[in-house]
Formats: sequence, C-alpha cells, structure tokens
Amino acid sequence: MDITEFYETFFEEAEELLGDMERHLLELDLDEPDPEQLNAIFRAAHSIKGGAGTFGFSVLQETTHMLENLLDYARQGELTLRTDIVDLFLETKDMLHDQLDAYRNGAEPDPEAYARICQTLKQLALDELGHGVGSEPEADIAPPERAADETEGLTAGNTVGEDASEDQAHEAQAAEADTGWLRVVLLNVSDKDRELLVEELGNLGAVKEQHGDAARYEVVLESASSRDDIEAVMCFIVEPEQLDIAAIAAPTETTQAEAASVPAVSQGDAPASEAPPAEQVKAPAEKAPAQAAADDKPANAAPGNKGGGAKKKAGGESATIRVPVEKVDQIINLVGELIITQSMLDQTASELDVAAHGPLVNGMNLLQRNARDLQESVMSIRMVPMDYVFSRFPRLVRDLTGKLGKDIELVTEGKSTELDKSLTERIIDPLTHLVRNSLDHGIEMPDAREAAGKPRTGTLTLSAQHQGGNILIEVKDDGGGLNRDKILAKAAHNGLTVSDSMSDDEVWQLIFAAGFSTADQVSDVSGRGVGMDVVKRNIQAMGGHVEIQSWPGKGTTTRVVLPLTLAILDGMSIKSGSEIFILPLSAVLESLQPSNDDIYSMAGNDKLLKVRDEYLPLIALHDILNIDGSEQDPTQSIAVILQAEGRRYALLVDDLVGQQQVVVKNLETNYRKVPAISAATILGDGSVALILDVADVNRLHCQRANAPRHAELTASRQEDVVHE
Amino acid sequence: MSDMTQAAEAAIDTQSQEYLVFSLGSEEYAVDILKVQEIRGYENVTRIANAPDFIKGVTNLRGVIVPIVDLRIKFHLDKIEYEGQTVVIVVNVADRIVGIVVDGVSDVMTLTSDQIKPAPEFGETLSADYLSGLGSLEDRMLVIVDIEKLLTSEEMALVEQQAQ
Repeated sequence: MDITEFYETFFEEAEELLGDMERHLLELDLDEPDPEQLNAIFRAAHSIKGGAGTFGFSVLQETTHMLENLLDYARQGELTLRTDIVDLFLETKDMLHDQLDAYRNGAEPDPEAYARICQTLKQLALDELGHGVGSEPEADIAPPERAADETEGLTAGNTVGEDASEDQAHEAQAAEADTGWLRVVLLNVSDKDRELLVEELGNLGAVKEQHGDAARYEVVLESASSRDDIEAVMCFIVEPEQLDIAAIAAPTETTQAEAASVPAVSQGDAPASEAPPAEQVKAPAEKAPAQAAADDKPANAAPGNKGGGAKKKAGGESATIRVPVEKVDQIINLVGELIITQSMLDQTASELDVAAHGPLVNGMNLLQRNARDLQESVMSIRMVPMDYVFSRFPRLVRDLTGKLGKDIELVTEGKSTELDKSLTERIIDPLTHLVRNSLDHGIEMPDAREAAGKPRTGTLTLSAQHQGGNILIEVKDDGGGLNRDKILAKAAHNGLTVSDSMSDDEVWQLIFAAGFSTADQVSDVSGRGVGMDVVKRNIQAMGGHVEIQSWPGKGTTTRVVLPLTLAILDGMSIKSGSEIFILPLSAVLESLQPSNDDIYSMAGNDKLLKVRDEYLPLIALHDILNIDGSEQDPTQSIAVILQAEGRRYALLVDDLVGQQQVVVKNLETNYRKVPAISAATILGDGSVALILDVADVNRLHCQRANAPRHAELTASRQEDVVHE
Repeated sequence: MSDMTQAAEAAIDTQSQEYLVFSLGSEEYAVDILKVQEIRGYENVTRIANAPDFIKGVTNLRGVIVPIVDLRIKFHLDKIEYEGQTVVIVVNVADRIVGIVVDGVSDVMTLTSDQIKPAPEFGETLSADYLSGLGSLEDRMLVIVDIEKLLTSEEMALVEQQAQ
C-alpha cells in the first residue's frame, strides 16, 4: 500500500475546502462576522494543513498554518477584519491553490511567491496583533494565553452558545497537545490500513506501545501534534467513526499534564457562568482524576462531535460518492443501448396478436416504462446545478469592481437550475467573458450613474431557468446599454456592410463579429475585441445560441440558450427517398405543404418560399445529399421551416415520420466529420439514421449556390480523393 | 530431444504469423488476424451522402456506429454483388472499428517469413505501400494487405487527416 494513492483524494478534498473557504470569505459580513462562518474558514485551513502535513507538502502546510493562525485570532475577535485583510486572505487562498496545483503536477511550488505571502502574512500579524505568527506548525501559542483568548472569544460570540462551547472544546484539545501522550484507538480497521496508519503515526510522534486486533487496535503515541491534527491526517484513510483519540497522562510526566490542566479548568468554568452549554458542564464531571481536564469531553462524545474540521467534512460527504465521468458516460451509453433494444422488441411485439399474447404485451409496457425511468435517472446523474458555475462570479465581480473603481452588486437567480456537467464546464468561459464585458463596459462609474439619476451601485444579475428542453442563462446589467451609433461607426470602420436602417437586433449582432470593440480604451479587463466572436462560436458549438437586448440608459441583457444535454436529443424523423434523417426538434419551427403560388424563383435556380410575408430560401434535402428517388415536385413535398444561427430556411423533404427522443452517437469515433451531418443515432429497427446539422445544410447550400458549376467541382473533388 | 523440438517450434513461432484469408473476385487476400475483431453478414447500411463510392455507409454494430468499406469497389473489381456469401470483416485499426466488405472468407493460415515474398511495385490501384508482401503457398498466391496502413491512408477518406 502506497500513500501516494491518497494524493488524489487529498487534492480533490483540498480543492473543495479552498472553494468553501473562498465562498465563506466572500459572504463574510465584516461589521458583524458570523462566528460559524469564521469557524468554517478556520476549519478549512486547518484540514488542508493536516493533510498537507501527512503527505509532506511542507510549503502548503506552512502557508496554511500561518493563515490558520491569523484566522484563529479573527474568530476569537482579536483581529478585526477589514476589506484589505479579507483581500489578503483571498490572495493567500489563490496562492494555496497554486501550490496545490504545483504539487499535483509533481512540482515544488514557487518559493518566491511563498516567501512573499509569508512575509505579508507575518507583517499583517505584526501590524494588527503586535506579535508575529509562528511559521513552524509546532509553535502553537502557549495554553494559558490560549485560555485567556478563549474567554474573550466567548464573550464576543456568546450569542451562539453551542458554537462557542464547541470552539472551546477545540481549544482544549490544542492545550492537551502539550501533555504529549495520546491513545489512538482504531476500530474495525483492516490490517493493511492499520500498518499504514501506524506508520503515519510514527511520523507524527513516537509510537510507545501498540496492541489489539482488527476490531480494536490501540496505539499509544507521544507526539507534539494535537488530537485534531492526528485526526485530520488519519481521516484521509479511515472514517472518523473508526477513530477514538484521547489524551492520556504520560506515565512519568504527570506534572506536565497537571500544568496543562490548570488553564483548561479555568476555561471550563468561565463559559459555564455565561452560557449554559450542557456538554460543558458534563465535561469536568466526567473527567478521570489522572487525565487532563476537559480532554475527556471530545473523546467521549467522539462520533457525534463536530469539533475537528476534517471530521465534519467527512461526515457531510458520506451521502455522496465521487465517480469518474467516464463511468457515468458508460452507464448512459448502456442505457441508450437498452432503450434501443427495448424499442426493437416493442416493434416486434406490436406485430403480435394482443389477445393471444396479453402477458407479453403487458410485460413490454412495463419494460418500456422502466427503461424510460432508468434513462431519466441516469441522465440526471450528469446534471449539476448552475450554482457550480455561478459560484465563481462573486470573486470575479469583487476583484473587478475594486480594479475598475465601480460599485456593483451581483445578484444570482436560479442557482439550482440543473444542466449537464459537460456543458457547465464549457459555459464558464463564455459567461466569464460576458460578465467582464458588463462590468467593464456596461455599468457606468458611480458618478456617471448618479448624474443619470440611477443608484450609485450598479446591479449585475445572473439568472438561469429552464425553458422546455433548453436552459436560458441571462447576464443582465443596469448600465448604459449599447451605443447604436458607436457600433455602426465601428462596424463601418472595420469594413462590415452596415446601414442606418438596420434593426436594433441586427446592430447588436454586429458586436459578435471578430475584432470588434467599441471601448474607447483597451483596459486589462476587456476591450480588445477578441472575445464576443469566440463567445458566440463556443456557444454555437454547444448547440446553443446567444442574443442581446439593450435599452439606452437602462442596460443590456445577454441571453444564452443552451440544450440541457448533449447525450440525447428530441428529434423529428423525416424521409427523403428511402432514407430517414433526424432533425433536431429545437430547430424546427413548423412544417407545411407548399403550394405553387408561394414558390418564387430568383436568379434562375434559387427558389424562395413565401411564408406569411416572409421569403425563405427553399432548399431541397435531396439536392444537398444527392438522394435518389425523392419527390422532385415541391408541391408534393413537405417544407419544414428551420431556424439555425439566426437564419431561417425551408427544407424540402418527402415526408414527416414522427417525433422521438434519440441517443446521439458520434460519427467521428470510427469515421470522420460528414458535411451537413452532426451525428448519428440508432432507430428502433436497429438501423442507423443520420442527424442533420441544420446550420451546415444551409452553409452547404450557400456554397453550392456560390459555385455555379458545383456539380462538376464536387465530382472532380471526389476524383481527387480517389486518385491522390 | 523433446526440448529441442520445442525450441525449434518456438523459433518458427517467432517468424510465423496467422493471417485471415479472404477473396475478392478470383483473387485471394490476407490480413493479420490480430487486427480482425469479428466477421459478420452484410446487412442494412445507411448511406453517407457525398462520400466516395467505396464507402458504403455506416452500420450499427451493437450500438457503435461503424463505417463500411467495400474493397471490391476500391480495387476496381468487375462483379459486385451483395448475396448470402458476402461478408463483412470487422477490423480494429488505429483505435477505430471499420467493416470491410469482401466476397468471402476462406480460412486462417499460418505463414512463415520465408513464405512471404516482397511485393513488387504495383500499378496505381493498390500501391505497394499498403502491402506487407505476397504469400506463396504451393499454387496459391495471397496478397497480404497492411490493413492498418490502407484504412488510415488519405485516399480511403476514412480518417480525418491531421492538419499540418
């Protein structure tokens, strides 16, 4: 058994803890800090320190240790938090993240950055507290001082009695560390894990004695580490319930144990008079004469105790499991197969006589329902709430408002709206860009806002909501809105064809052109004009689209519409000749049978279809895909009106077959990208049907229209392919 | 004594390889058996528009979309029929699964290295680049195809070529 096996667990857990830390830091109300939040931040730092120590990530350990000490003062009310201090903490958190990444990649963190952050943290401690913070993990503050601190901390936080008592128990453990002797009991730990744990304990201190069996194994340890540290370290290997750590009196050093007990006792008395925490009263009563005071309490209350940060974390996580995405994808694929097999069976069964095969038909119905339910549940595994995306914006907004000198409040709505995990990861970058744009260009400086009769504080709203099979994400600001004239001028300058008669919507679309920025000055936040085109491209690549609404003086709203998942698709099956194709239902607006009166020809070959005062290009699917045996007469075909990338056109097909949900299969796994086709799927009869790429069909049509001798060209191109 | 025969066999083993022999018209071809995943009948293939004619389309192989190539068309053979004997050899090359249509599969043969003659420079239909050699077996001649090289080649248009 190799300890490196646990590295990944530690990295993931530490990353989560850092995320928690940042969230709490941002939420922190500086005038009236919530003690529970301060505790949470402290615990996060503490747990990371513990883990880092185990795995020998010394730089990470020492940085967190310093941060932890400062946080400890903060939660005791000794250090008054200010914005700049929180900024520093956030910076430290980023640094920790960098260090974590470095370790993850098997490298040592940047020593200069480490030295700098150490210096800054030490300086802060000196300035604010009048004394430094130790850079050695062992340099814990002496117990008497700690006890005094504790009383202060309690007075400050006695509105939350339980927290305070918990805190206090925690401090007592820190004090207990000085007795140096600990009994660690491992319950139901396998031999292999036990060896590793004992070895680990050996690194933390001297193992004096060990005995027992798999069900209960006792180790007596002499160590300078606190009970919490040991627990945090061991929780990477075993569950907290499997551990029981208690301080015991050192056989020859009773004086030391007693010395430690003095502050602890006084500490136990102080809060009892102020707040009535039941456990607190119990603790001294239960204490055995030879043991240090108050140490007993956390040990006895072990499994339910929330004292240690790592313990709480581990307890909260037992309801979830980490699973690699590939495994989930594999299940989704298999369920897809199941659905296909089920519809194949269904088709066969439907040909049978219902009266004669009643039970079989009933069974088929049940199978169908169960298979659908299973598919739905499996798909929901991939779904994650939008909070996953939104949670990274408070930090961005905070940083940027500071940099830009603006005053902006971030509002998020619909955090619990769920979206496919693969999509949430891909939406972060475009969304970040939109938020930056709104912050930089959208919302005005406070003075300008006041002059315009608006509140000095601008509002940026991020919202998400479900809309049919899509998710609608909005980035809304109450800033100045887009400047129509400026955009038109800039577009003309960039050589785009524009006219003053363009509708607002068309004008807003211009900002998605490459190299477009109307910002007067390029700032380091945004304005380089690379971006909006990338945003649009990325969103389109995800099968979504983006649109802008803007009102002068009132603000801009960017709406991003995305499909909920890429793994299944609501499709409409259509027929041309003898071939079946799938159209994504999201692109289908309507279908109709065209009459001769509505078809107009333009420049000879091009045909247009008039649909309610709108002339749409008429594209025959059999022309694009060279299908034989299709209906040539448009009036005998069906025209499906499609919308893609903001353009509409009518696609001529022979027949509509039906609507169905299809499992999307990649064509490129074994083959290659095919023009006008986005993917493939398997139909109920086991045959393959191709899913049309609605935008690409239009593109292909335009290409051919632009190349008059397209038939010859494609023919010769194919020849090239063959003979090259 | 027995040791010696074993050693001799081992020596032969290292030099010999097993090949799957299939027929295209009256010609016999062979591919490395380790590349072959399975052999199945030819059945409903979905045509792909604007693809070269020897790419028959794609089919569903237990939930995986697999392209089907007809080597008879590729090698310009005269008689191309789809009947009961027509089979698809499913090969696994370069992490891809591809089906190739052939007239029939005859047998699996072990060829030793001295049975394999270097391929002469051929005409333009089948470049010598895609041949591992010619296998001679008494009165038979097997064209040993390097199926991986052939199917991943640019002219087969099966694989998206890496942009330079």
